[in-house]
Amino acid sequence: MRSRLIWLAVILCLCCIGYMTIGARGPLSFVIPFRGTKLAALILVGFAISTSTVLFQTVSQNRILTPSIMGFDALYVMILTGAVFFLGGMAFVGLSDQIIFAVTASAMTLAALALFSTLLRSAHSNLMRMILTGIVLGALFRSLTDFMQRMIDPNEFSVIQGASYARFAQIETDLLMIATVVCCVGVGLAWRMRFALDVMTLGREAAVSLGVDLRRTQMKALVLTAVLVAVSTALVGPVAFLGLLVVSLARLVTPIEKHGVLFVSAGLISAITLIGGQTILERLFKLSTPLSVVIDLLGGALFLILLLKGHRR
Amino acid sequence: MTRWYWAGGFALAFLSFISIFVGVIDLSFGDLWRDPEALRLIGISRFPRTIAAVIAGGTLAVAGCVMQMLVRNRFVEPMTAGTGQGAALGILVVTILTPQASIFLKMSLASVTALVTSLGFLAIVRRLPPTQPLLVPLIGLVYGGLIGAAVVFVAYQADLLQFISVWLNGEFSGVLRGRYELLWLAAAGAALTYFAADQFAIVGMGQAVTTSLGLNYKQVVLVGLIAISLISALTVVTVGIIPFVGLVVPNIISRLFGDNLRRTLPLVAMMGASLTLGSDIAGRLIRFPFEVPVGTVLGVVGAAIFLWLLYRTPRYA
Amino acid sequence: MISIRNLSHQIGGAPILTDISLDLPRGKISALIGPNGAGKSTLLSLIARLEKLQGGSVIVGNLTVGSCSNRELAKHLSILPQMPDQVPRLCVRDLVSFGRYPYHQGRPTADDEAAVEHALAVFGLTGLAKRSVDELSGGQRQRAQIAMTFAQDTEYMLLDEPLNNLDIAGARSLMALLRDLADNHGKTIVIVLHDINYASRYADWLVAMHDGQIAVEGAPAQTVTSDLLRDVFQTDADIQHIDGLPIVMV
Repeated sequence: MRSRLIWLAVILCLCCIGYMTIGARGPLSFVIPFRGTKLAALILVGFAISTSTVLFQTVSQNRILTPSIMGFDALYVMILTGAVFFLGGMAFVGLSDQIIFAVTASAMTLAALALFSTLLRSAHSNLMRMILTGIVLGALFRSLTDFMQRMIDPNEFSVIQGASYARFAQIETDLLMIATVVCCVGVGLAWRMRFALDVMTLGREAAVSLGVDLRRTQMKALVLTAVLVAVSTALVGPVAFLGLLVVSLARLVTPIEKHGVLFVSAGLISAITLIGGQTILERLFKLSTPLSVVIDLLGGALFLILLLKGHRR
Repeated sequence: MTRWYWAGGFALAFLSFISIFVGVIDLSFGDLWRDPEALRLIGISRFPRTIAAVIAGGTLAVAGCVMQMLVRNRFVEPMTAGTGQGAALGILVVTILTPQASIFLKMSLASVTALVTSLGFLAIVRRLPPTQPLLVPLIGLVYGGLIGAAVVFVAYQADLLQFISVWLNGEFSGVLRGRYELLWLAAAGAALTYFAADQFAIVGMGQAVTTSLGLNYKQVVLVGLIAISLISALTVVTVGIIPFVGLVVPNIISRLFGDNLRRTLPLVAMMGASLTLGSDIAGRLIRFPFEVPVGTVLGVVGAAIFLWLLYRTPRYA
Repeated sequence: MISIRNLSHQIGGAPILTDISLDLPRGKISALIGPNGAGKSTLLSLIARLEKLQGGSVIVGNLTVGSCSNRELAKHLSILPQMPDQVPRLCVRDLVSFGRYPYHQGRPTADDEAAVEHALAVFGLTGLAKRSVDELSGGQRQRAQIAMTFAQDTEYMLLDEPLNNLDIAGARSLMALLRDLADNHGKTIVIVLHDINYASRYADWLVAMHDGQIAVEGAPAQTVTSDLLRDVFQTDADIQHIDGLPIVMV
């Protein structure tokens, strides 16, 4: 396992070098900070997405769900839009980006807890209904967001426009400082939970009898998931199937039920996908389609296959 | 039952009346006599728009109802299970290959791709265990989303993004005389399904019952799918994807009046038309003088009703 | 009479039925019995053209299954499938009316309506006619479905494990009804049964199947023996005779 993780790290380094150098023009003093911040943001997003997905899959006890599929990032965008809608763009512009982020991320965490904790508890009794609810909730959030955006003046609209769709090429670097802090704390806390999470993969009953406080762990994981989703959505917008794609890949590359390994490999693969995919698609192939659309296609197909695989007649 | 037909017809007439007089250009009932411009406005814009909403809503509700019978699951509808997205894919491909193609050609190819994607959905559903009824709509949503992603992918490559945003979120603001008439074909298609209403009701009882009653199961299913695909394609070509009408309306009608389609299909059509027209009017009024697309209004209202249905009917929905 | 000749059937390469030839008598109740996986339901589905014939022939009356028109066959042969898990939201009368579909193709005549009322009366459903099928109890639902098959007014009726959802009272009254249909309405009934004792008590003709073949056929008094139980059902049980009918001491 260790050698595989090292390989992944090496590949990630190569991707980073490629990202920094290929097609670079102008003096290094400009290129390095310009691309460097974007690179840092991508790595951050990669780890935030993979960690939140792993957490969510473990507490919901299945491998086809991700926070995005359940509508978490749609919820974030909706809360952001709702804030502009109800507070008004002017008040909003006056605030610093950091404060806006802190407020919306906290609101998002509360809303996610309220909505998804009851939903999660019904997972073992009716998983299909829970997933369906999540997807429909996501659709509802998106429609509500669209609705509020149309109610807002076009000028105010620009404040939130950036958050509504995924864009790995243009990243909101203004938030990088606070995002780094939040992401590191979140991933760190998740890392500390890794042994409890290992126990949870054995099943509810086993976890309880081994002395893991199920509800507490679930709540903690849900809060971390919400915060990490807020970070990644604030930086690059909703990511749809990316989490599912990279965590499923990670389970293939490091097929071992230990969160200590899974967190690392999923994080590395996630960063590789973002940075490598970005480099290859946009710099080498000059594809006009953004990486997010390609990931949507691949991840959507994977989701469909996973659903069908579990339920063939 | 007749009482309910009257009620539905009255509601629809009332909404149509409102729809004629609501819009950016101020129009009052009295203007009809005083102002010749008023009649022109109604003829060119308001009337077509009203008719388009009525037909699109009514036919989509009928298509949803038929699809629920064919798939034997109450939580599916063409616009969220790949048929609508398939139609959008077809239009996109025609637009790329032959930009000068007539609207009729676009519509025909869109119907064909819509049929292919619905057949694909049906083939997948056949393999699912009957013990998991909620898996069917779930797969449908993901399948539809996947084809939608394919549409976006192709559109990016061909630099046609602004085109598809029109098809993927339905709205009626672009409906003018000369641009909506294809929808009458959809209305004709939905009317024809009424003649086969009994057959669809029988198919809803399963393959064994259908065969035992002397019907050719595959043939009825295929006819139903063709009707659904045609209706979806025509709607997508003229006004874009309108979600959830086909899902919530048949569910509500079935809850209230049962599944005897010969009796309930007219109600399904009237309620679908009223819901869509009502949402369009609401979209025109909420942010006057700007408009909120009907797809967005129904996205909110429909998703909320869907969730309610999901929890009202625990399992054997 | 239903005559089956050299019928073989495979599903995914696995043989389900091998070279079955069988005559099921007219105007009688024939019961198909046998352990799980013996091919009883498949045989019934083949007679009812629910599955496509792969090899062999089935002739119902003077109609050849597979070559005669579907609609024509529907006036002579009906099948009551195993109860679907999803019940339509139809009122009982509407459900039973669909049994007349082969005759009226959507435009019921006064005769059709009379047939429906008759079916409702025969099965004691007149009082429930306006109730929705999905609100009925399992037994009532089963009766409504059989009433629909009865309204189809076919000479041949096939039933696939109709006793599954019924308690003893429901099961007995259903079997008595079938008995009445055969004796007084001249129906030919073929029924798949799990319980040998029900078969022995109510059927005229037993067909015991084993591994896709016919093991024994004949009148209950001759077929239900300890040999049958041992060879076909792989179990040893006593058989007692009551009023000349063999009863398995389960």
